[in-house]
Amino acid sequence: MIALLKRDLVLALRAGGGFGLGLAFFLIVTVLVPFSVGPQSALLASIAPGVLWLGALLACLLSLDRLLALDWEDGTLDLLATAPLPLESVVTIKALAHWLTTGLPLVLAAPVLGVLLNLPGPGFLWLVVSLALGTPALSVIGTFGAALTVGLKRGGLLLSLLVLPLYMPTLIYGAEVARRGAEGMTLATPLMMLAGISAAVIALLPFASAAVLRVNLR
Amino acid sequence: MTISTRLNALWEYANPRKFLATTERVLPVLWLLTAVTLIGGLVWGFFFTPDDFRQGSTVKIIYVHVPSAFLATSAWFMMLVTSLVWLIRRHHVSALASRAAAPIGAVMTMIALITGAIWGQPMWGTWWEWDPRLTSFLVLFLFYLGYIALWEAIEDPDTAADLTSVLCLVGSVFAVLSRYAVYFWNQGLHQGASVLRAGAVTGADTTEKVSNVYAYPLLLSMVGFFLLFVALVFYRTGTEIRARRIKALLARERVNG
Amino acid sequence: MTLTVTDLAIARGGVPVIEGLSFALEPGRALILRGPNGAGKTTLLRTLAGLQPPLSGRIEGAEDRIAYAGHSDGLKPTLSVTENLRFWASVFGGRDIGPALTAFHLDDLADRHAGNLSAGQKRRLGLSRLLVTGRPIWMLDEPTVSLDREAVAMFAAAVRAHLGQGGSALIATHIDLGLEGEVLDVGPYKARPSLDSDFDGGFL
Repeated sequence: MIALLKRDLVLALRAGGGFGLGLAFFLIVTVLVPFSVGPQSALLASIAPGVLWLGALLACLLSLDRLLALDWEDGTLDLLATAPLPLESVVTIKALAHWLTTGLPLVLAAPVLGVLLNLPGPGFLWLVVSLALGTPALSVIGTFGAALTVGLKRGGLLLSLLVLPLYMPTLIYGAEVARRGAEGMTLATPLMMLAGISAAVIALLPFASAAVLRVNLR
Repeated sequence: MTISTRLNALWEYANPRKFLATTERVLPVLWLLTAVTLIGGLVWGFFFTPDDFRQGSTVKIIYVHVPSAFLATSAWFMMLVTSLVWLIRRHHVSALASRAAAPIGAVMTMIALITGAIWGQPMWGTWWEWDPRLTSFLVLFLFYLGYIALWEAIEDPDTAADLTSVLCLVGSVFAVLSRYAVYFWNQGLHQGASVLRAGAVTGADTTEKVSNVYAYPLLLSMVGFFLLFVALVFYRTGTEIRARRIKALLARERVNG
Repeated sequence: MTLTVTDLAIARGGVPVIEGLSFALEPGRALILRGPNGAGKTTLLRTLAGLQPPLSGRIEGAEDRIAYAGHSDGLKPTLSVTENLRFWASVFGGRDIGPALTAFHLDDLADRHAGNLSAGQKRRLGLSRLLVTGRPIWMLDEPTVSLDREAVAMFAAAVRAHLGQGGSALIATHIDLGLEGEVLDVGPYKARPSLDSDFDGGFL
């Protein structure tokens, strides 16, 4: 299992796209926001948590269609399915690798981009906390979507259509934590809901992902 | 007859030919009943009920809005059940029934959304409000779209049935989660579900109840919409079965040739 | 342990292709699969490897004992030969990759990226993966594609050594590998569509 994780990380590093692409996308989206809504700092401050969450979510989505498709095309998935490793762990490792190469950099970059959007002081901590709790769920849900569409030729667009509605609860609670944090309100409820969704998704969804992957490998 | 043998008898309809033969006999009657109840309910509701003292004649959109909203969620629930039946018992008719119900559910959701917007305009002074109920229906509509798109994208019918069934199960969980999330996110303007509350029809309920004058034609049009849904699902499932039959015949032809 | 297949029926894309197939593959033996294109050789190998369920019939002694090599080798172009092989070795329990490199004359290429290899070299690397799995039954689908004569001999030697150690192999190929093994022609087992079959859930 560690070998698979190590391989995926090395691949992401060598192929270049892994770390860079999602981050660059996140940066560009954040930079475009003031251009589209105007440079008033009060307005930017009030929408910053939501915009940063949405940007991170879209950046996560961007790399999903390559998550399993490459391994599908070169036959690796066939071979992994006949290996002693259960497919449930394969998809979990894949999701973990995706989070480490996409989600984690986004979490770390978010405070910097928060400065650009004039995020209020107390918001930084909660932005990072909410993204750190929420992005693993985004990776796991995305892996499910990737497993559903892995055999399809034009799966990319369909993948977005399938995954985005599934992202909704995570986005609502995550952005709510960040928003309430920035406004200095109590945020225990959305924080616990966010953590609960992430925990449940990580525990249960790999079974569904492995099941649909098995169907697709048939 | 015990319950278990009754249930076993139900599985007979999982045979495509038996299903086709039965629905072909039932459908004409069903269409007729649908027409009677639907037209009856709507005409009664639109022309033979008084205007509301606050909302005027706007209130009459309820006869389309509430039944379609009710069916939008019921259709998804039906798809959940038939998906489970397919995953557990591998009955093709069940999978095809899910496929047949999805576009109907999507259209019902859209009708509920549009009538909701039209109703909301004079009531709340705006076409669209991010009210939790309306938002939940919008989310449900997106789920329908994804489900239908997945069916269309996959060529092999059994693979498509498997994948969409799993999507339906996972989607149901997330749809419920989204619903709670949306309610948490914005408490709304919309009045609670007041038709199906036990007290509503008897008039023993709160001030928000739908009064009797409106309730009876509403119930009739709900029955009409429901029958329409059942008839459409039967009809569309029959079409899917025939399409599948053509596919199977062509495949056999290829193997022979 | 013997791989036993009894009255197997398999389908490709929902259409039955082979039915009534029975055979046994004993340790130390090789079985060469023959048959025209589309006869279902690939489907048979995928079914035996557990990638898809059979329509009917029994497969015994296959669970976790099969090393499968299909049309694609599962190689990553940005990883070196050693890295590619070491990855599969650790997935299958961490065997030494030295003998595998030597058997397919890959020692000189060890540090090259798989993306820079020729088609034949890639295939050799893909086949060397079989040696690091430690699995007793090899299932090979057209293993000699893009191999030159020398490499085919290398491959035949590797199979022979595997059989000598009590392993077995099921190989779909059109080339004579010079292996002493039985030939199984799947042609006669072609599925005959019949009116009374309940294929496709009784749609017919």
